[in-house]
Amino acid sequence: MKVLMPSSLLSYTGTSRVEASGTTLAELVADLERRYPGIRFRVIDEQDRVRGHMRFFVNNEQVFDLSHRLRPNDEVCLMQALSGG
Amino acid sequence: MAHTTRKSSARKKKTVTARAKRPERRLVVLVATRKGAWLFHGDSARKAWKSDGPHFLGHIVNHLVLDPRDGRTLLAAAKTGHLGPTIFRSTNLGRTWEEASRPPAFAKAPAGKTGRAVDHTFWLTPCHANEPNTWYAGTSPQGLFRSEDNGDTWAPFSIVNDDPQYRAWMGTVQDGTPDGPKMHSIIVDPRDTAHLYFAMSGGGVHETRDRGRTWSPLVQGMEVVEGFDASNIAFHDPHCVRLCPSNPDRLYQQNHCGIYRLDRPSNIWTRIGSAMPKAVGDVGFPMVVHPRDDNTAWVLPMDGTTVWPRTSPGGKPAVYVTRNGGERWQRLDAGLPKSQAWWTVKRQAMAADAHNPVGLYFGTTSGELWMSRDEGRRWTCIARHLPEIYSVEAAPLD
Repeated sequence: MKVLMPSSLLSYTGTSRVEASGTTLAELVADLERRYPGIRFRVIDEQDRVRGHMRFFVNNEQVFDLSHRLRPNDEVCLMQALSGG
Repeated sequence: MAHTTRKSSARKKKTVTARAKRPERRLVVLVATRKGAWLFHGDSARKAWKSDGPHFLGHIVNHLVLDPRDGRTLLAAAKTGHLGPTIFRSTNLGRTWEEASRPPAFAKAPAGKTGRAVDHTFWLTPCHANEPNTWYAGTSPQGLFRSEDNGDTWAPFSIVNDDPQYRAWMGTVQDGTPDGPKMHSIIVDPRDTAHLYFAMSGGGVHETRDRGRTWSPLVQGMEVVEGFDASNIAFHDPHCVRLCPSNPDRLYQQNHCGIYRLDRPSNIWTRIGSAMPKAVGDVGFPMVVHPRDDNTAWVLPMDGTTVWPRTSPGGKPAVYVTRNGGERWQRLDAGLPKSQAWWTVKRQAMAADAHNPVGLYFGTTSGELWMSRDEGRRWTCIARHLPEIYSVEAAPLD
């Protein structure tokens, strides 16, 4: 499925739109890690929590649960929160 | 007799000439900031500086350290405002960088328990030549980690991260500094790599003599904020601890509550900041020791009164030096702003080189990099308009 990446992760993916697969959000992130080593820890911490300023949207709905089930045609967007300074 | 004197004089002259001819090594000053990192390459006279950067523009870089064992491996502790923490590694002085494949991370908590997550790696310490490729890292919240493959993979080190007593002394994220509680000042005894120190803000100074199997607090003599119980390790806030390279039995410490010296085997710190001018006080972040003289150390005081402005006292920054182990202090401010300079210097942002005379370097919260070629007698600004500076290290290059 298509995954839209934030600009802060382009150093890993090289492009803002990538392909990845998984039946859950956790599997999708694992697939992204296989394709782009190191990317997972920048987004998910060691306790499997999505980092405070990162957000997942599936079909434009915000999702916090990594066990959220995905369908092949879902559109996943990984965003960085509008925060910082 | 006269002949002997002439010979001696000639020999002395020859020695002096030989010393004068021996070129000092080139230096690189490593500057880590809130928005990236810079390398300042100096000539052997430390007069011309060439800037290389920014590296990792936009990353919060807490520490950038060159491995003295090979003189070319750099480790950078980095994160961004949004992304989690990582370690970047370069083996060619920053021409190219690779990311650690397993950055410092706490152990996964058992189901039903809330585990800690590393917010950022704060401190990096290379081990000694007899432990090649080995590094230690201190994190926020407080955690101690070790890498044995030149910073590529990191694992929790010793019992500290999960020991209930140490966790109690570490407190919560609300008990630390405004930027999060820190593990810092990881020191390896150059005579014995099983003998380590670390410090926590807050949580005291600690020591192991068995490579981390057991640790003991080392806080006797250290004061805490008035009204608190000094016997409670959690209330101790060491800001920066340094071991003297010329005498590993002597340590200096800049604390939230004063400046201290410890001469081993004693376990009792002596407050040596009491000799500082009362109008300036003895609060600050950094402390730097002389590479060859254990009686000489430098501090850069800040305003720790009222609401803790953390600025130079009165807007008049100055370095203070002791040349007798803390009995007396001398103000060194020639070349520094005389007024209206409201910056300070963070705990990792002051360093010394090993030249003779020693060069001193510090980076300010306002993004200025200052240096002295004569042990602090005269200061020169070598860079302005950098982001807030978090750490400064001076390292020789071959």
